[in-house]
Amino acid sequence: MWPNKFDYARAGSVDEALGLIGDEGKFLAGGHSLLPVMKLRLAAPEQLVDIGGIDSLRGISANGGLTIGATTTHAEIADSSDVQAICSALASACGQVGDQAVRNFGTIGGNIAHADPASDPPTVLVACGATVNIQGADGARSVGAEDFFADLFETALDDGELITSVSLPDLSDHQMAYAKFPHPASRYAIVGVCVALKMDGGTCEHAHVAVGGATVKAVKCRGAEAALAGSTLDDAAVGAAAEAVKADIADWLAGDIAYPETYRQQMAGVFLKRAIAAATG
Amino acid sequence: MQISMTVNGVGHEADVDPRTLLVHFLREALDLTGTKIGCDTSQCGACTVHLNGKVLKSCTLLAVQADGCEVTTIEGLAEGGEHHPMQTAFWENHGLQCGYCTPGMIMASAAFVRDNPGASEAEIRHYLEGNICRCTGYHNIVKAVKQVADAAAGA
Repeated sequence: MWPNKFDYARAGSVDEALGLIGDEGKFLAGGHSLLPVMKLRLAAPEQLVDIGGIDSLRGISANGGLTIGATTTHAEIADSSDVQAICSALASACGQVGDQAVRNFGTIGGNIAHADPASDPPTVLVACGATVNIQGADGARSVGAEDFFADLFETALDDGELITSVSLPDLSDHQMAYAKFPHPASRYAIVGVCVALKMDGGTCEHAHVAVGGATVKAVKCRGAEAALAGSTLDDAAVGAAAEAVKADIADWLAGDIAYPETYRQQMAGVFLKRAIAAATG
Repeated sequence: MQISMTVNGVGHEADVDPRTLLVHFLREALDLTGTKIGCDTSQCGACTVHLNGKVLKSCTLLAVQADGCEVTTIEGLAEGGEHHPMQTAFWENHGLQCGYCTPGMIMASAAFVRDNPGASEAEIRHYLEGNICRCTGYHNIVKAVKQVADAAAGA
């Protein structure tokens, strides 16, 4: 399958990329989200500006938290000892995207710009309070991951804006996990749940929870977080959180004929329990 | 757009339409038809090649993105007239039925064992999730990969 015709330009810097991009243009990094939708003619940009060769957009720096350049690949994130130490759930989620060939070239920036609700990294980014750093012709701005993901395949990005990096706080003192119910054929998440727990002895000081896959976008689950905070993660508290998470995602449910909305909603509670068990196990 | 690429050790220069996928460039411009097009949606792995040593589904990259890169296809895996050990193992274990997925299977597996000598059967099966055999002939494929993985680990 061939995509529609487009003009192609290669940028050597962020400024050059922002200068090149036109009204009907898209930025191209790994292309592993964009090219498939172009081949299916679900997208037909008139111009691609290739940012894959911009060195400043690539790489992981640990500076208290984490800053991950937009064109860093899923494989690089999954294999990074810094990510494993500071936000292990993100390494886990990036290691579950597609398959090794896809992870070798697909990038975190492209992944979140595409905003597929069944992809794994957005759920972790929303749970963990990540920030998306964006550059536009009028300057730079930062958007919290929760606000960045607006709806099904929709983000807070304006035309011509470029994701430059994703920042994460230092969660090395949290116990965390990403628990996924993969679709048996596609391996996309039917349900994906990320939890990050700050424990003080046997008591949960606070919890970060988000759900994806079951929803049209990754959703922060404050009801479940409240049910876990202050508890000893006993059966009653975990059961209450599993009930609360169903209410948290009720307005955003997604489904299909094989895995309808009510089933995914139920499974979100099940996989929340599994994520908590994995994080604390 | 003018691009240059080293494919199986041979330098190529070409003028391509930017929308040309790498797999089309390999098959149609360079006549390297060992690399197959299966699903054409990044799922089946029939088009797997190595780009700068990393496994890539060549239906999911523009040829212009591979400008200046080194590409290895199934035609370039043998060295000095000798099959790559993975090719030999697929032969010895009859790791194929119709053969359509075989070039991609071998390219993916060769890179996997290079990076993971001694890989277990479970690791091999998990790794090969990105390569689909629609004859469902996985048993002998996994046997072939395991043979090379064991040999690479000196087992």
